[in-house]
Amino acid sequence: MSITRRIFLATGAVVGAGLAVGVGYLATVDTEGLSPGEGHGGATKLNAWIEIRPDNSVRIAVPRAEMGQGIYTGIAMLIAEELEIELDPRTVTVEHPEELASAYTNFVAALNKRPEDASGPIDWTMKCVMGMVPFILTGGSSSIVDGYTHMRVAGACARTMLVEAAAAKWNVAPSECHAEKGRVTHSSGKSAAYGELAADAAKRAPPSDPKLKTHDEFKLIGTPQARVDIPDKTRGAAHFGIDSIPEGFVVATVVQCPVFQGAVKSVDDRATLAIKGVKKVVNLGDGVGVIGETYYHAKKGADALAIEWDTKGHETLSSDTIAADYRNALDHGDEYVSRNDGDAATALKAGKVIEATYETPFLAHACMEPMNATAVYKDGGFEVWAPNQSPTVVRWAIEAVDKHAKDIRIHTTLMGGGFGRRADGDVYRQAAKLAMAMPGVPVKLVWSREEDIQHDSYRPAALARMRAVLGGDGKPTAFEFKNATQSAALSFSRRSIPFEMGGKSDPASFEGAAEIPYAIPNVHVATRNIETTVPLGFWRSVGHSNTGFYIESFIDELAVAAKADPMDYRRALLAQDARLSALADMLKEKSGWTTPLQGQGRGRGVSIHTSFRSHVGQVAEVTVTPDGKVKVDRVVAVVDCGTAINPDSVAAQIEGAIVFALSAAAFGEITIEKGRTAQTNFDTYDMVRMAQAPEVEVHIVPSRELPGGIGEPGTPPLFAAVTNAIFAATGKRVRKLPLSASGFTLAA
Amino acid sequence: MTKFKVNGSDFETGDDGEMPLLWAIRDRLKLTGTKFGCGAGLCGACTVIIDGAATRSCITPIASVEGKSITTIEGLAPAANPTAVQAAWIAEQVPQCGYCQSGMIMAATALLSRNPNPSDADIDAAITNICRCGTYVRIRKAIHRAAGQTADARPIVVKKSRFAGDEQPAPAAAQWEAKP
Repeated sequence: MSITRRIFLATGAVVGAGLAVGVGYLATVDTEGLSPGEGHGGATKLNAWIEIRPDNSVRIAVPRAEMGQGIYTGIAMLIAEELEIELDPRTVTVEHPEELASAYTNFVAALNKRPEDASGPIDWTMKCVMGMVPFILTGGSSSIVDGYTHMRVAGACARTMLVEAAAAKWNVAPSECHAEKGRVTHSSGKSAAYGELAADAAKRAPPSDPKLKTHDEFKLIGTPQARVDIPDKTRGAAHFGIDSIPEGFVVATVVQCPVFQGAVKSVDDRATLAIKGVKKVVNLGDGVGVIGETYYHAKKGADALAIEWDTKGHETLSSDTIAADYRNALDHGDEYVSRNDGDAATALKAGKVIEATYETPFLAHACMEPMNATAVYKDGGFEVWAPNQSPTVVRWAIEAVDKHAKDIRIHTTLMGGGFGRRADGDVYRQAAKLAMAMPGVPVKLVWSREEDIQHDSYRPAALARMRAVLGGDGKPTAFEFKNATQSAALSFSRRSIPFEMGGKSDPASFEGAAEIPYAIPNVHVATRNIETTVPLGFWRSVGHSNTGFYIESFIDELAVAAKADPMDYRRALLAQDARLSALADMLKEKSGWTTPLQGQGRGRGVSIHTSFRSHVGQVAEVTVTPDGKVKVDRVVAVVDCGTAINPDSVAAQIEGAIVFALSAAAFGEITIEKGRTAQTNFDTYDMVRMAQAPEVEVHIVPSRELPGGIGEPGTPPLFAAVTNAIFAATGKRVRKLPLSASGFTLAA
Repeated sequence: MTKFKVNGSDFETGDDGEMPLLWAIRDRLKLTGTKFGCGAGLCGACTVIIDGAATRSCITPIASVEGKSITTIEGLAPAANPTAVQAAWIAEQVPQCGYCQSGMIMAATALLSRNPNPSDADIDAAITNICRCGTYVRIRKAIHRAAGQTADARPIVVKKSRFAGDEQPAPAAAQWEAKP
């Protein structure tokens, strides 16, 4: 999610304020984090990420939250590569730090720019301002992009300090010493473990410009490494937010106004309070919380509440009214033009126009771990156990409830899925209110699955109309993209952060369309955002999840109109882009594109999409029965994510993204009726299961380029890969998702 | 009072018999490895083994397990000595977020205990739990591996010339030409 860019734009005012305070003050913000300090539990801190314990074990602080993407391992690999330690779970612990340090800011998310590309006074100022916040976020597939150089610098600085400490101790030149496997060894054979050297090393200053290894020197980077978090996840020992059990905890659940932006008018809690094990009922304004001995008691109590809601007239909203507003917005109102090459309007008049309109629904994240937060309010401060993508947002949420909060301690736990949902602050506001209702008692708030589905921050539904004209050679001479949707950033920011962002120019509404990579001389991309009460947010791959489907479906339609092979047509239009051309070539080869499929109702579809600085191409093979049952037999993916840090994690993310997107493509649809979400649980918002999951094959393009993101880019291409395959098999073009809305069902 | 055994230890509770077993396990016994996913028996995150059968504890009232023996993920094996299923899960690097994996491992354990050599169709029929991260491909491999079959090669990892990006040939000229 380029929440980054949005915050960058929205914080113009903050920048101004920052400058007013003075450059001198900003210079005191430690955005580098490379200085030694006091460690945790007797460890020696060599910098903000690395602490060494007397027993030679190493604590690596990873201020990016683990939600399944493998970031604990990825960041630890970058550090270990230069620190010269082995990634052995017996001697290395990886944890999310509690501190909100300036250096933990996600500068890529904040500045929407690679650190390697940042320079000049504006970038420096923005970096300091974001460090002051500090803006800590895991999202936008940005963690590796952000940390690729700096985490290696952190490792190299610590290693250099350890080598220098050893050299000083032995009275030899540092150049005569080398570091390996957690030890410094002198050419004479003298050797010391890091644990013996750490205290002296911490008295030294970090080198200003440590030399980093080249690709040829890498030992860890580029090799498949076992993930540090996996063993605990196979024995029920991993600590997710919902597993927080501080001494004396009680459990709460909530009933929120089903109609968005409604409020509690009155609540009759007599029946609830009569239930044994129910402790308290708390009116939260837009919902009611029930606190009990266990979740069972809280839920039973919640079910017994009699609440009268003030729906404030919002119950008139429905999927139908939204769809009508979208249709109207395609041609009316103030549009935002995100790309305008040449003169598409004139070029469209020069030939036969090919036109198609595509429609995509609202989607819920439906993380396996329902929304939850545990908080205790004590001595005017809070301690929170938070499965979150942004401790900064958590802090803002709690401050929004209690602006006098003295101290806010945030334990960022593992997340049972995030996908963008856990960047939101909603559950923390509720947890803070519930904790304040029972001072001194840790309150664990757990949403029911029904609350989770009905109060998600949804991927916006959208409508897109594309038009094109082909030249005599079959290649498009003009391409026009107009869409109507809603700003995810605007909705998110109003709920969860102290300032407004997004709106008319929200990139989430057009990203992926504005950057259409095909060589077309005249391109016009324009968006109109409408506003409704539906809460919106960032869903794995954000705007790309919509635009990837539209663009890659429509380019397929153009290939058909040009009587061209869809793979070769794309390849020809990508000739000017070396990486995408190479990717298309590899995809054609690895997918066996030219080998005919055997059997009835078979079809292959291709889709290529760039997002979050990575390129992913997919070929889906389907079998469609005459009555519309679609089996996705196999998906072959090729990914160019630049330097692949942990290739096995790269493969896992693509495999997972394909299944995640297939659930959405097949039956993902949130509908709005009477101002509220119609779906409630996995029976009405289903997921792909084992029997429906395709075989997946992932190929990684060998590369030495700077790394791109990997958590999200596997999602966007899948939609059109499947629908293009259905077209190849049946001649029917799916222009409305999910498949179930277009007459197809997913077969086991 | 309701009495049953969890991981070999006796447990007794005065909670009403309608209380789902899941909450006795999580909130009373504080065994947090068994997960809450849907509360309606739809996703399998809460799967435990009762008398050899994979059971969704979120819809199993404690009254119905009176006198029975329940195994949760914590009861499978000590950390240092994982079961074949757990070891296969690690070898195949199955978990992503990991939240559903306790339930998956319990379902796979129950499957293998009654069918030591399941086919793909057997796996499809027995493993109906939801994994939102989409680890199904690896779960299937891990079950086959645990069953003693030779697992397929791990998902594609390009090991040769892994950084050879700067050696890539320049893209060939456009391969497609319009057909009249």
